[in-house]
Amino acid sequence: MIVLLTSILAITLRAGTSLIYATIGEIYTERSGVLNLGLEGMMLVGAVSSFATVYYTGSLSLAVFVAMLTGVLLSSIHAFLSITMRANQVVSGLSITLFGTGFASFLGQRLGPESNGRYLIGLIGEKFTPIAIPGLSKIPLLGALFNQDLLTYIVYLIIPIAWFYMFKTKNGLNLRAVGENPQTADAMGIDVLKTRYLYTIIGGTLVAIGGAHLSLAYAPGWSENITGGRGWIVIALVIFSMWNPSRAIWGALLFGGINAVQFRLQASGTNIPASFLNMLPYLATIIALVVMTWLENFGKKVGAPAALATPYMRGEK
Amino acid sequence: MEEKQAVPILEMKNITKQFPGVLANENVDLELFHGEVLALLGENGAGKSTLMNILSGLVRPDSGDIILNGKKVDISSPKDAMHLGIGMVHQNFKLVSTMTVAENVILGLDNEKFILDMKEVRKKISGISDHYNLKVDPDSYIWQMSVGEQQRVEILKLIYRGAEILILDEPTAVLTPQESNELNGIVKKMTAEGKSAIFITHKMDEVMEFSDWVRVLQKGKLVSVTRTGDTNPKELANLMVGRDILFRVEKKKSNPGKVILELDKVFALNTKGVDALKKVTFSIRAGEILGIAGVAGNGQRELTEVITGLHKITSGKLVVEGKEMTNKAPLDLIRAGVSHIPSDRVAMGVVGDMSVASNLAMKEYRRAPLTKYGILHPKRIFNMAKGMIELFMIATPSPLTNVKFLSGGNIQKTILAREIGACRGLLIAAYPARGLDVGATESVRKDIIAERDNGKAVLLVSEDLDELISVSDKIAVMSEGKVMGIVDAETADIESLGLMMAGVSLEQSGEKEV
Ligand SMILES: Nc1ncnc2c1ncn2[C@@H]1O[C@H](COP(=O)(O)OP(=O)(O)OP(=O)(O)O)[C@@H](O)[C@H]1O
Ligand SMILES: [Mg+2]
Repeated sequence: MIVLLTSILAITLRAGTSLIYATIGEIYTERSGVLNLGLEGMMLVGAVSSFATVYYTGSLSLAVFVAMLTGVLLSSIHAFLSITMRANQVVSGLSITLFGTGFASFLGQRLGPESNGRYLIGLIGEKFTPIAIPGLSKIPLLGALFNQDLLTYIVYLIIPIAWFYMFKTKNGLNLRAVGENPQTADAMGIDVLKTRYLYTIIGGTLVAIGGAHLSLAYAPGWSENITGGRGWIVIALVIFSMWNPSRAIWGALLFGGINAVQFRLQASGTNIPASFLNMLPYLATIIALVVMTWLENFGKKVGAPAALATPYMRGEK
Repeated sequence: MEEKQAVPILEMKNITKQFPGVLANENVDLELFHGEVLALLGENGAGKSTLMNILSGLVRPDSGDIILNGKKVDISSPKDAMHLGIGMVHQNFKLVSTMTVAENVILGLDNEKFILDMKEVRKKISGISDHYNLKVDPDSYIWQMSVGEQQRVEILKLIYRGAEILILDEPTAVLTPQESNELNGIVKKMTAEGKSAIFITHKMDEVMEFSDWVRVLQKGKLVSVTRTGDTNPKELANLMVGRDILFRVEKKKSNPGKVILELDKVFALNTKGVDALKKVTFSIRAGEILGIAGVAGNGQRELTEVITGLHKITSGKLVVEGKEMTNKAPLDLIRAGVSHIPSDRVAMGVVGDMSVASNLAMKEYRRAPLTKYGILHPKRIFNMAKGMIELFMIATPSPLTNVKFLSGGNIQKTILAREIGACRGLLIAAYPARGLDVGATESVRKDIIAERDNGKAVLLVSEDLDELISVSDKIAVMSEGKVMGIVDAETADIESLGLMMAGVSLEQSGEKEV
């Protein structure tokens, strides 16, 4: 039994890693007041570009770096459209997803070797393999935490850092003010547009790493729709975490856990339909929303950044 | 006093700013001397806030120079202004409501440590609090605070940031008389310590008491510069609006008709779940104005909201024109003829992103002639709006301009025009003259009295006892949710009203019941 649970936890963490990267990224973007619905597209492009890189160069770090570059690029487009051009952020984000999905699929059919008909599908490359930490990984159950790949270990560090930065530093305070009340932030001497650009791009970079984790570690290789809708789940996870990076882990573990259980259940041939399990994460989000609204009735402010998805321009009242 | 040939620490020269459709400032000059207070006066929309926003870096002038300590400076952002020691309390609070006082105070400051040392910040804040007798808890959240407390946080911010030149844009407009006195005392202390201040207000007694110099703007142009000692309220009012102003409006004796509004032992809770209204009982007749006196936060807000259907009555009865309306929806009360000028005009009075015309039509649109078979008639709305804009003298480039672009006073006039226009029985007016210039204040008071003479019942909530005494027929004093007594406005005196506001009962106060 312990062995089974340990393996479920291990898979949960592996499945949750990409979600945590993307959730923390999107939390930072949204905290600055920018809504980026381009996650799904950005994760796909991150996944395909990093796999292609690792296939040809064999360098995992270069692969992650290339994914980050695509994240910077795509989120810069979103930032330009929604911050400078003051376009509708929903529309801009959705077009990034549409473009990213198509573009990733296109690259998957063009970047491969001649021998594979230029397809990337079905190829094998270098991948991040679990590194067992001597001693710690032998602990029953919790040992699963210490038998993970490098990107997962890094995410363990990113969670507390992201939380600390947001709530305990000067820059984090300014970031939150920009997303809550840009008029006030501006009057207090904070550069609203610069702040929004910065965190939209940082957020996009983390999202792309989330994509890279899929094709380099969780399901090594490239396949169409490798994200399986994770970009959309992350939108729900951000709400579920109430825009707090430290809570991103619970949502991601829940969703990752459902993935892992699904995996196990399918292997054991049960008759619970897969679509039922797929629904659970969204159900959890709805419950979280209800609880949050309920808390707000008691005067606690836990909701979305007040200026989310509203462009800002000085002098415009 | 000895006239010394002082050099101004701050000069603005030939400032011009054009907004779409409005020339907000035209060749305006300004001088501020060390340790002195300059009062900046002008009608609503005269361009006072615009001029000050130019100084604080939020608005770029089209032309003109700013000279600080003899050197020409370029202020292109609020940060530049801060570095030059210029700090501003804006007409609308600039506070992040989900953050604490301490967090708001250090927002955007470069010289705070990267990892925030909130203990240090708190210590500095309580140091300032003690020195200036500014009572604020650094750990309270802004959204939990009253407007008076929020205003204190704004002042605290200026001091913490080390501003040497303080710009205060109508800081007392939303404050109670006690809070205003407190704030003015702090400003006095700061100027005594060598800081200088520019003060915008519509209250003449504050101008006379606290300023050294007065500058008056009219339609974007500077029309007068005088030493405060060389002028008087009457002259200033005349300079602002170009005619004589009655500080006390005239009215005929009231001629009360049938009872329009009746409250019978009404109880209600506030948002914290504590009794805000306790056994409130009174009635208003047609052709009668009942004033509500009291320190803000003693149930006035709940009272107006209960009557307009926005707040729940826990027990008791509300009757409008003979029909029981207890806990009816706002729309039912609107249909019953109740109009409401809310105290929070931006949040409850207008939709900023809609045009002046749409906002003016927001009550009447349900009925002919503005709507026919459920379809709006834009041309009629436009024409109606044009008429109302003229009648109420709302300064707007066009009926189609979004309301948020109007000056604070003109937003208030828009609400007034709509509510008075739609009033068919009962008018609830909460602080109707708040933020209005002297001319507009006079005309609002006249409008309210005209409604009374038209046979409407009026409930007037105000903190200004002079206003209550001159406009109302009867005055009810509220304290801690209770009506302490109802007195005749003609014979009421300020002192005993003040005693009742502090919770002394009618018999002890020496007033006579009516
Ligand atoms: N951002 C803006 N865009 C367009 N018009 C504006 C803007 N800001 C101000 N105005 C216009 O400029 C004029 C001056 O406005 P301002 O706010 O300076 O008046 P004010 O003297 O402060 O009035 P009040 O006493 O009512 O506050 C008004 O007609 C106003 O409608
Ligand atoms: Mg103003």
